[in-house]
Amino acid sequence: MAQSQDNTHEPVAGRAPLIVGGYDFRSLTEAVAVPVERKTPIGWWFFFLPSLAMLGLFGVSIGWLFWEGTGIWGLNNPVNWGFAIVNFVFWVGIGHAGTLISAILFLFRQKWRTSINRAAEAMTIFAVMCALVFPGIHVGRVWVAYWMFPLPNQMDMWPNFRSPLIWDVFAVSIYGTVSLMFWYVGLIPDLATIRDRAKTRIRKIAYGIFALGWRGSHRNWLHYERAYLMLAGLATPLVLSVHSVVSMDFATAQLPGWHTTIFPPYFVAGAIFSGFAMVMTLMLICRVLFRMEDIITMRHLENMAKIMLLTGCMVGYAYGIEMFIAWYSGNPYEQFAFANRALGPYAWAYWIMVSCNVITPQLFWFKKMRNHIGWLFISSILINIGMWFERFVIVTSSLHRDFLPANWDYYQATFWDFASLIGSFGLFFTMFCLFARFLPMVATAEVKTVLPEADPHQGEELVRVVPAGSGVEPSPQAAPAGGGGS
Amino acid sequence: MGLMTLDVPEAAAGYSHYGVLARFETAKALYRACEAVRDAGYSKWDALTPFPVHGLEKAMGLKPSKLPFLVLATGLSGAGLGFALQSWVHIKAYPLVISGKPLFTWPAFVPVTFELGVLGAALGAVLGMFAFNKLPTYHHPLFRSENFTRVTDDGLFIAIEAWDPKYDDRDTAEFLSGLGAVEVEHVPIDDPAEDGDGVGAA
Repeated sequence: MAQSQDNTHEPVAGRAPLIVGGYDFRSLTEAVAVPVERKTPIGWWFFFLPSLAMLGLFGVSIGWLFWEGTGIWGLNNPVNWGFAIVNFVFWVGIGHAGTLISAILFLFRQKWRTSINRAAEAMTIFAVMCALVFPGIHVGRVWVAYWMFPLPNQMDMWPNFRSPLIWDVFAVSIYGTVSLMFWYVGLIPDLATIRDRAKTRIRKIAYGIFALGWRGSHRNWLHYERAYLMLAGLATPLVLSVHSVVSMDFATAQLPGWHTTIFPPYFVAGAIFSGFAMVMTLMLICRVLFRMEDIITMRHLENMAKIMLLTGCMVGYAYGIEMFIAWYSGNPYEQFAFANRALGPYAWAYWIMVSCNVITPQLFWFKKMRNHIGWLFISSILINIGMWFERFVIVTSSLHRDFLPANWDYYQATFWDFASLIGSFGLFFTMFCLFARFLPMVATAEVKTVLPEADPHQGEELVRVVPAGSGVEPSPQAAPAGGGGS
Repeated sequence: MGLMTLDVPEAAAGYSHYGVLARFETAKALYRACEAVRDAGYSKWDALTPFPVHGLEKAMGLKPSKLPFLVLATGLSGAGLGFALQSWVHIKAYPLVISGKPLFTWPAFVPVTFELGVLGAALGAVLGMFAFNKLPTYHHPLFRSENFTRVTDDGLFIAIEAWDPKYDDRDTAEFLSGLGAVEVEHVPIDDPAEDGDGVGAA
């Protein structure tokens, strides 16, 4: 894990380089393309085969669900929503960090995003795929899944557009579609790179088809960049709307613990929090596995840690405010729901959630911890566990003790509940392994634009500060990265 | 929009060459060269780069993309269709009174209207970009140049097409060399002897 150059400190003059290691255009292409082109490394199988096994478990658990029905899960009368919904909300949330990195940071001109946006967007798509499985299967009757869509049918019935559940169908499926388009548009120039480097005819054709004959024409770049900017502008409100709509599945219900106005922003913050934790986990593994420590630098990891600290504090604030409002409302049901959450039968889940999500990121106040690879990895895992438990707490602890004590029950997850949870991770990691093996992991064309020599006016700004006639030559602005081809 | 420039099959009729392809070493040199080519009055030409060189459209004298207008139109269509669908479903197709609320509950239609608006706009942006750029275009004379494979790696190119009114086989090549091009070659239209990805050397 040795760093060739520390770029986490801003120098007094100028800015720290976004990527280190003295890359020029050619060596950058090489660094990104070689993992796609070389023979499959043994280490890849080490990740891929277990993922595939977990995916197989997913298939079996879904097959058994369709055969036997939802009775295989631990659902009971008050707790009619169990792991399926918890997993759905968890996976949609994971996806949000990818869009935040690719779209929102793009609009904010956060150029460090270029090293991680490709992988983060891929993560978004795979997470949304995992999420979309659960609404499809959660009633156990997949043959009526088409009822979710406004399709003319033999019953002459239509979905109720006043229900947040149908908003959810639209929000999540459109989110998946737009994310996929955004990702593919970003991939086109890099697919062309792989095409042009291809040594075999099969590779040339396979990558060539998807590269669409891209040849880097600036007349094309002009429309391309405009389309990319607009997709970023569209994805930004879209991503904020998606988890807001997901939260309304709960917030529009009358149930104490769900019926709160804080849900939309709280869900969005939590989604970004968990998503960044997942990006962190994946990037920490990939940068070592693909030797990209100089492209996905310490600075990237530190920036992500800062965002995790911010969103972790927002989530912690939301937990606190929920408790406060429960007390302040004077509503006994509301007060009971929250007291029960922290002290009732699910207190263990609540405190796992609080310690993982609120306490863990607090260590990121210290630079030493933000730069500590081991802690970054552990905390990203803890935060993912905590964020899964957050959804578990919201769903089950609110449902299991509702208005009538006669209805109270305890939800106990079964083997098949866990099988579908683990199986969904199998789907996610299988897809991610395939992505890391066959597609360029880093948006090469975009990273090239942040190299100093990509700037056609390199060094020109300095001319203006030098007094005329002083005879002082402007020094090249970015000597460390090696202008040209050093 | 320069769309016609890329219309190779029609424009190329009667020409033995696609044109001159020149490679430049740095983004700065390319930028200067583009300004010079623009000022020299060429119109059928292009800059080809592995990444979007910032501000190059100014040096090339290109007008901004008209894509935003298309996106606005498709976005509004998506939103409009979405709103119409929901209203039609609840007023006409399946008028069901829920909680004594009116049939036309427009605030409840906002989320789906918004989502479909975003879908329409995003489809407009991507498919519009493909249409404006004539993607996919799998066949192009420039791919005949072996040197040109560097365009997706580190090669910064200017291509001036043979059907440009100011084009001259020798003068244009010399003009580009004079601008600091490190490699200049003529790109053929028709494949020479070999098949497939032949080498079009100058």
